[in-house]
Amino acid sequence: MEQKKYWQSFGELNNSEAYQQSAKDEFGEELPFEADDKGFLESKTPRRDFLKYVGFSTAAAAIAASCETPVKKAIPFVNKPEDIVPGVANYYATTYIQDGDVISVLAKVRDGRPIKIEGNELSPITAGGTSARVQASVLDLYDTARLRFPTIDTKEVTFEAIDKAVAEAIAGKPVVLLSNTITSPSSKEVIDQFLAKYPGSKHVVYDAVSYSGILLANEASYGKKVIPSYRFNNARLIVSLGADFLGTWLSPVEFAKQYSKGKKINEQKPDMSKHIHFESVASLTGSNADERYLHRPSQTGAIALALLNSISGKAAYLDDPKLLANVAKTSTQLLANKGQAIVVSGSNDVNVQIIVNAINDALQSNGNTIDWSSTYNTRQGIDSEFSKLVDDMNAGNVAALCIVGANPAYTWYDADKFKAGLKKVKASVSFNAKNDETTQLCKYVIPDHHYLESWGDAEVKPGYISFLQPTIAPLFKTRQWQDSLLKWSAANTEYVSFLKKYWGNKIGGENGWNKALQDGVINPATSNPSSATLNNAAIASATTAILAAKKAGKIELVLYEKVSVGVNGASNPWLQELPDPVTRATWDNYVIVSPAMAKTLLDIDLTNNGQADAYEVQPPKKVVKVTVNGKSVSLPALIIPGTENNTIGIAIGYGRTKEIGKSADEAGKNVFGFASLSGDTVSYAVADATVELTDELYKVALTQTHGTYNTAQGNRTEIMKELTLADFKAEPNEILDDREKELAPYGGIANYEKNGTIYPYFDKPGIKWGMSVDLNTCTGCAACVVACHAENNVSVVGKPEVLRYHDMHWLRIDRYYTGDIENPKVVFQPLMCQHCDNAPCENVCPVAATNHSSEGLNQMTYNRCIGTRYCANNCPYKVRRFNWADYTGADSFPDNQTDIVNDVVLNMNDDLTRMVLNPDVTVRARGVIEKCSFCVQRLQEGKLKAKKESRPLKSGENNEWDVKVACQQACPTDAIVFGNVNDKHSAITMARIDNSLRTFYSLEQLHVMPNVNYLAKVRNLDTQEKDEWLKDDKKEDKKVAEPAAAAEKK
Amino acid sequence: MISHRSITKTILLSTIVFLSLFFGNIVNAQDGKALFSQNCAACHAIDKKLTGPALLGVQDRWPDQKKLYSWIKNNQAFLKTGDPYANNLYNEFNKTAMNLFPNLTDPEIGAILKYIKEWKPAVAPAAASGAPAPEGDSTLLFGILTLILAIIAFTLMQVNSNLRKLSDDKEGILAPEPVPFWRNKAYIAFVTVILFLVGGYYTTKGAIGLGRNKTYQPEQPIYFSHKVHSGVNQVSCLYCHGGAQDSKHASIPSMNVCMNCHAAINEYKGPKFYTEEGEEVNGTAQIQKLYEYAGFTAGKPWDPSKAKPIEWVKIHNLPDHVYFNHSQHIKAGKVQCQTCHGEITNMDEVKQFADLSMGWCINCHRETKVQFKENGFYSIYEKYHEDLKNGKIDSTKGITVEKIGGTECQKCHY
Repeated sequence: MEQKKYWQSFGELNNSEAYQQSAKDEFGEELPFEADDKGFLESKTPRRDFLKYVGFSTAAAAIAASCETPVKKAIPFVNKPEDIVPGVANYYATTYIQDGDVISVLAKVRDGRPIKIEGNELSPITAGGTSARVQASVLDLYDTARLRFPTIDTKEVTFEAIDKAVAEAIAGKPVVLLSNTITSPSSKEVIDQFLAKYPGSKHVVYDAVSYSGILLANEASYGKKVIPSYRFNNARLIVSLGADFLGTWLSPVEFAKQYSKGKKINEQKPDMSKHIHFESVASLTGSNADERYLHRPSQTGAIALALLNSISGKAAYLDDPKLLANVAKTSTQLLANKGQAIVVSGSNDVNVQIIVNAINDALQSNGNTIDWSSTYNTRQGIDSEFSKLVDDMNAGNVAALCIVGANPAYTWYDADKFKAGLKKVKASVSFNAKNDETTQLCKYVIPDHHYLESWGDAEVKPGYISFLQPTIAPLFKTRQWQDSLLKWSAANTEYVSFLKKYWGNKIGGENGWNKALQDGVINPATSNPSSATLNNAAIASATTAILAAKKAGKIELVLYEKVSVGVNGASNPWLQELPDPVTRATWDNYVIVSPAMAKTLLDIDLTNNGQADAYEVQPPKKVVKVTVNGKSVSLPALIIPGTENNTIGIAIGYGRTKEIGKSADEAGKNVFGFASLSGDTVSYAVADATVELTDELYKVALTQTHGTYNTAQGNRTEIMKELTLADFKAEPNEILDDREKELAPYGGIANYEKNGTIYPYFDKPGIKWGMSVDLNTCTGCAACVVACHAENNVSVVGKPEVLRYHDMHWLRIDRYYTGDIENPKVVFQPLMCQHCDNAPCENVCPVAATNHSSEGLNQMTYNRCIGTRYCANNCPYKVRRFNWADYTGADSFPDNQTDIVNDVVLNMNDDLTRMVLNPDVTVRARGVIEKCSFCVQRLQEGKLKAKKESRPLKSGENNEWDVKVACQQACPTDAIVFGNVNDKHSAITMARIDNSLRTFYSLEQLHVMPNVNYLAKVRNLDTQEKDEWLKDDKKEDKKVAEPAAAAEKK
Repeated sequence: MISHRSITKTILLSTIVFLSLFFGNIVNAQDGKALFSQNCAACHAIDKKLTGPALLGVQDRWPDQKKLYSWIKNNQAFLKTGDPYANNLYNEFNKTAMNLFPNLTDPEIGAILKYIKEWKPAVAPAAASGAPAPEGDSTLLFGILTLILAIIAFTLMQVNSNLRKLSDDKEGILAPEPVPFWRNKAYIAFVTVILFLVGGYYTTKGAIGLGRNKTYQPEQPIYFSHKVHSGVNQVSCLYCHGGAQDSKHASIPSMNVCMNCHAAINEYKGPKFYTEEGEEVNGTAQIQKLYEYAGFTAGKPWDPSKAKPIEWVKIHNLPDHVYFNHSQHIKAGKVQCQTCHGEITNMDEVKQFADLSMGWCINCHRETKVQFKENGFYSIYEKYHEDLKNGKIDSTKGITVEKIGGTECQKCHY
């Protein structure tokens, strides 16, 4: 197939010299030998030192070898519980609750330690899907920064003492309970009992990321202050006005699952849903859109209005004619999909949401793609109520404040005012699990359990109950906040018995309770979406308000939530090191600017090779100072295509202190202060920001340009294939034909394996493992990346090491751009070891530490590896990782890496943190290569299970699985299918047969014979793009093709 | 000079040949011994009756060597042939069934028998007669002989060179200044090579043995006799080590398993048993030790919450980079516990039977057949099934673990 130009970096787009240089080097720096010009003896490590070390280590080894073998103890249970077998994992159903995400999960518990979170397939809402944050949550359990005991004025006290002290402090006074949204019905009853005990008390709900706008809009439009269920799977056309529903908005795991259903393509009848996205700063969802239009944040309301007007046949107006044309195009398509369309908006502006309600009503979405029969309980905070509480506190009207989960001292836009108010509260109690910004100001602190230690329940939507049960005994002297409230309301019961009693009769007594805990969920009967009647009254005033909005300044600012860190993820090293899907940066927040603004503001012209390279190849980025209403923050600027020219974006969730975790320390800046309260809701868009360039530089750990591969035999651009739906319909065999044509010299695809090589052909009797990744449904959400971390003990290396290209991800998600630099199309490709049957890495290993198994695995044997890194150098996919330091404390000398790795990484060596390690996977030591193993420990376990039951392996036939690899299991969109290729009925075989027209192998022409195939992305566009890019890229492709042909001849 | 060099060469060569034969012989002799202690020693001694008869002169007692071989391999089948000698023997030993050894090959049995035949009782070294010295002494003898020969060779070479010098002087040929032997490069090179070879051999051998603990037999907090439990009282291994069929760990039984029986059994009444040092063990006192740990008073119900765990010393230790799963071997592979742990039923205190080296694992994987026809999992290996049927694969060798990938790195290292 003629190739479209794909680029991962600007250097690649321009094919600059520095880019070519960096593509040659495996790691972006000199080898770690200290060399200078002073000659060998004067150099930092002279020959004498070398000899000294050799002598010492030989002597030490000799002494160590002659020592007695250490005596190891084996201590059995005294009274072994019947259901625990040491060495066999138990799975407990529980529920992940954090920042409004409520997701039913299973916790894998090995020998008493939860080590991995899986999705609960019995939940109809998430259906086994997870997110990066869910996967990472198990590490929070072992966070060394967790509070370990109750305190009064930071002094440790007993529970009895603090109960007594608090009881005295709040006796007879009205109490305000400030919490995040609470979805637990039993906890709500606990709160009611507590509030009743102290007359005049009230409960204020506050969410860090507010959905007040949509709640209030629905109250105005439908008379209900709730958020309905969205059914993206019923939509043929999805229009999002800045709602990042695949990444962070409302219920991303659920939506990703629904979204993927519409994106699954049947090759016989190619058809799929279409997604049009309007946004200001490149987001994960926008990157997945079929069509994306950029606009200024201040135009959001006007766009919604224009859309409504053109749908209802009225004259639409926008000051930008190009945008107006796009709106008109969108509305035509919306009208064509009446009853099968959905429009969502991420705006927290009540007026915008009222207009969106009107649009949805006009499109008959209610009852079709929007379901009013089940509404979300997960977001209930109304900003104005909290704002009023802050006023009350400042006025000295709040005597006692109990805080559950909320952290306004960090997340409230006017944190100083809240802090000042908190000082005036006599009795302040925090139940937060960490010494966060708010807890530091509270007098009484009773840390809560982690969710994996807790009992509980959650009602995501009415009738959909998900239970929590402890998977480990509490690690510290912590107590569930419900227990405290029960105690203080003099209810003589513990929360667990309260919970049991609460559900007792509702779910059928003891048996029902046990069943509910086993399943983790109780679901209502499925129902068809139900509608709601729109009250038109609010539209007029909303229109007026939108039209009257004040004019925006020159530069606008958007505060956004990162897919990885979100609000509270900064203390989680896995999330910090997870490259952001869009920016590919780790460990920081930054100012996102468009390429156009880069030219004017940063003086970087990306079309100029020198300047683009200076920006891209060097980690230090120019720092800009952003000022809003007198508050300033200085952050490095990253140039991200797909961002509106005069808009900048900054992520919330950063700028924490080490009190909440070492990894949060010195990572980014807090920008919650840039938000503002407009009307009843907090606005995360700033209409007028000032941005100045400073002369500072700041290093940002970007992973985008790592591991680039570019040689005469092939390069990264050939790794990807993509079509438009129109192309696919017109020429369904295009990819297959191209592959056939390319491999014709070797007898076509069928004979390529045997004819394309001088090596012998090896049989694969029994099992042959294979993987298929559907790029059409992959959203790039990175749940798989963190799942891989957790499953395979993948190390965290810390920011300084990421800067040196030493990141360890076994699975990375590559982001490719194509097309216009201002608003390019984006493709995500999860890339892990391809387990090539003719692997280039295997041939070059001098010690045969990497070799091939009869099941098609490219095996990596750590204990044999001597660290030459030849394999990494020879890997065309650049998926092999080298352990430059002892990141996870694998050797027996504790903390011997103090000078080499930073505190965050050392903290991963802590005994507590190391409890998260999977005991079935070797913890790699310094000096060895590692890479994706296809979760071989799971394969072995699955095979053993089948052998014990004396039956063939189940690999997806009738949806029965003995083996699911970690990335596959974590994926919310089921984009990854894995299994036995030799089994004619396995899911992987079916996936390859059903999608034979889209199947391709990356760099197939190298004859590495990968065992991972990809299914080409089909973008739902009516245009046949082929002609367009043929013109541009013909010359370029020829250049690449010629040396390739020459190499083949040789 | 030419002859000089050739002599050195000859000596060097013959020494190497000699050394290699020397070590080679030891290895062969050890084979029979190792096989004997692995397979026979549990029930037989060479010079005295144990569970089975003393084996000294066994080949002379059996009229037909073929019969002896088939008896050793499968005594139960052989008994059925009605052989009178065998049946008498069987009755003499109270019909105690001998273990079956279908895996022993004829050469292996030969080696065992050879070992028995050549076995000599360990006697006091006082014997000054011409009787062949025991194994250890012969090494010394060979050593001394080698040394003497080397000295003779050295002296002869010196004589040779002196004579040549004399004759050269006589004939008026100018000889170079004589080099003393300690500065003679040929000698230095020869000694260096010898030192390198010997040193290398021992270094390598030592390095391979690092971290291997065959015969490790630590003292345990309670003198727990496996012989009493699994041998005398025939308690099944899996009763206590149930994890072996479900989990990667066989696991040491928890105290409630001990107390299942010992809540009632508070006294030891079986045959006397002794520690390795020969001291008699008081079984009842050991049960009392268990009670102390368990916080148990006889006659009262046991309250596990009062117990404190017993810190057993772990005997079998694998490196962290090795994945070993008991249930894989016990349940899927149907391997007997004794294959790796030795005759546990005859060990009072357990000692490590195998060296748990990778070579030991791999060898077993190469030879052991999987449950190829019996286990439904292997039905997917259609090609092998066909090859077995049409004889492409030797059905006596069958499908070994190696054949299905059991010697690939990532079967145990991941």
